Amino acid sequence: METTIDHTADNAQSDGKNYLNQTSGILSWIFTLDHKRIGVMYLVGVTLSLLLGGLFALLVRLQLWSPDGLLVDNSTYNQFFTLHGAVMVFLFVIPGIPGALGNFVLPLMLGAKDVAFPKINLFSFWLWSFGAIFFIVTLATGGLDTGWTFYTPYSVQSSTAVLSATMGAFILGFSSIFTGLNFIVTTHRMRPKGMGWFQMPLFIWGIYATAIIQVLATPVLGITLLMLFVEKQTGLGIFDAAQGGDPVLFQHFFWFYSHPAVYIMILPAMAVISELMATFSRKIIFGYTLVAYSSIAIALFGFLVWGHHMFTSGQSAWAGLVFSTLTFSISIPSAIKVFNWLSTMYKGSVRLDTPMWYALAFLFMFTIGGLTGMFLGSMGADVHLHDTYFVVSHFHYVMVGSIMFAFFGGVHYWWPKMFGVMYNKFSAKLACALIFIGFNTTFFPQFMLGSRGMPRRYASYLPEFTELHQVSTVGAFILGLGVAVAVIGLIWSLFAGKKAPQNPWGGSTMEWETATPPITFNFNETPVTKPIYDHSGLVYNEATGNWDRVEAPSEA
Amino acid sequence: MSATATNTHDEHHDHPEWLAHHFDTPEQQFEAGKFGIWLFLVTEVLFFSGLFCAYIYFRSHHPEMFKNASFLLDTNMGAINTAVLLLSSFTMATAVRMAQTENQKGLILNLWITLACAFGFLVIKFFEYSHKLHVGLKWGDAWSPTPQALSEFNEKLAAAGQPTVEVMPDLHNFFSVYYCMTGLHGIHVVLGIVAIGWVLARAYRGHFNRYYFTAVDATGLYWHLVDLIWIFLFPLMYLIR
Ligand SMILES: [Cu+2]
Repeated sequence: METTIDHTADNAQSDGKNYLNQTSGILSWIFTLDHKRIGVMYLVGVTLSLLLGGLFALLVRLQLWSPDGLLVDNSTYNQFFTLHGAVMVFLFVIPGIPGALGNFVLPLMLGAKDVAFPKINLFSFWLWSFGAIFFIVTLATGGLDTGWTFYTPYSVQSSTAVLSATMGAFILGFSSIFTGLNFIVTTHRMRPKGMGWFQMPLFIWGIYATAIIQVLATPVLGITLLMLFVEKQTGLGIFDAAQGGDPVLFQHFFWFYSHPAVYIMILPAMAVISELMATFSRKIIFGYTLVAYSSIAIALFGFLVWGHHMFTSGQSAWAGLVFSTLTFSISIPSAIKVFNWLSTMYKGSVRLDTPMWYALAFLFMFTIGGLTGMFLGSMGADVHLHDTYFVVSHFHYVMVGSIMFAFFGGVHYWWPKMFGVMYNKFSAKLACALIFIGFNTTFFPQFMLGSRGMPRRYASYLPEFTELHQVSTVGAFILGLGVAVAVIGLIWSLFAGKKAPQNPWGGSTMEWETATPPITFNFNETPVTKPIYDHSGLVYNEATGNWDRVEAPSEA
Repeated sequence: MSATATNTHDEHHDHPEWLAHHFDTPEQQFEAGKFGIWLFLVTEVLFFSGLFCAYIYFRSHHPEMFKNASFLLDTNMGAINTAVLLLSSFTMATAVRMAQTENQKGLILNLWITLACAFGFLVIKFFEYSHKLHVGLKWGDAWSPTPQALSEFNEKLAAAGQPTVEVMPDLHNFFSVYYCMTGLHGIHVVLGIVAIGWVLARAYRGHFNRYYFTAVDATGLYWHLVDLIWIFLFPLMYLIR
């Protein structure tokens, strides 16, 4: 006989309060210590940043409609692409999934009441907001035209707002460090009874690996930006060849952070995909242990490959050889993940809900992004492709094609838990399709442009590149439309969405065992740890749309 | 089942003030705090590591600058500052012990001594800096040594049995690194003063006991790291020739 356990009754407060309506007023949000509210505030912040960065992307693409530029003069164009890159990287891609989804989901998955240091968590969000404002200030004070990499010597000479931008990035870096520190300690110390390392959901493994990089790499960016700041202010000369310094030293420092930062970006995305694959295939992730270890392997390997950004910067051929080899070796753990996700779907009962659409698109585009990375990791090919649109397209396949898709997949997955409403599935899938088509239309032609020699960042180009550039621009607008549909659909659901059940997708991890939306303290009673990704106790209830947990496994 | 699970919330008000609501036990809170501060120290070490890399880079590219410049630094002042910081580390460690053993007076006294040492360090550093700036021993393109700097340099050379020089050698790279590293260290001393002051204020209000002294402990660990960095800076800048 099956006994249905109604967890909603356990974990809902009798007065109908949840974390959203427990207290009200703007101050109750600004000063909240609740990880869920902080997650929601991050979600709002990173989404606004995504839209702002996207706006600049559209302006860049519009400018490139014609070989001599359609809209503005060249220096304005320089500012457009710099702001696009800086806003997207520092304000959306890096904080996006850990800040919004990690904050919301991590403690819930651990059955914990909060992260280890709630005050530091809030402080980290404030720092993030403050740093973000510095970036907005660069808009008002005359742009920024160095690219997001701030390479010396140009960044030292540029008269644009390099100082406020580096200061902003410095503050954002500290925000990232504190978030990472919090997540590491939370993962180590807040696990519930019975949850060993290998009973943790893979989302936590991914966020944990990310946090390791955040804590170990970001301080190096911090000191680099600080040195750049001081150099610009006082003529320190550390990065200035004319004074016996070395501009390439800046590149080493910068990439020592910024290559691992690529994994700060992609590991959380992989973490989300693991959850989606498990839930929507109704199976444990194939090779769970390997996938868990591969996150840590990526985090550690990531520190040893920064030199592949500098094959053409005058580093020795031997250094290049070593960096190239190490770069190839890092594709092994990434491939392990992809193959294991594919194997998870094999003989699973795959359901194609919206989050799974995003997850499948992720697989497709991460594969392209990853494989084209191999071209760039081999020195001979890179000398030809370096600083061309091929590179631009490669990292957009990773940063947008993979990370933004995982972000949207995760947001659509946890949205019902966050806000207690279901979104319109048709518009959500339409948005996913538009983004997918738009994205590939934008960036596939850029591979062709790059391999034919179109350099990145240039404001003008040869007339024979016009057609491909125009295709790319059309794609960008389809992509923009898709993002708009997705965001509007989600916001619309807040007002008109159906009430969400406790577990609409049949997720097996602990966040689905609390009320929807969760109460302020998450759980009245810490849930019992069950075997990881065991879906056998979950049975779909046609009437409520909920996956009820039954006491005895149904196959018995 | 649901009936038994509802009263957990009322128990929130039973636990002591210093146990945050999201921890189950004081041990969990203590362990989390300890782990957190150690991780933070790791980030601090990495933060400085960039400058240590710059030091290695410039030292290997301009060894003569670093050799010459070590004559220009005031080894006595550096040594006194090293002693001051070592003393402060000792009193800080004692303060943590006092907090653990609930010796309120000892805690406050030791924190005051630590604070005094920190200020002493900054005062001595201030005299060092102002003299350097006065004789034009500056960083990067601000490098403008006065004749006084040259004569002091020659005195030191003579004292060390080295041949004197006619023209001041160009040492601006060294001083760039010197001001960056000691400056950043100085900023950390200032932050340490803020932290110790905060702990001191809490000590007066009797916040610490044998179960809860994490803030003292964390500040102590931070302060030891600040000292440790100086222990590296002193020989690297002043002593190695
Ligand atoms: Cu890289």
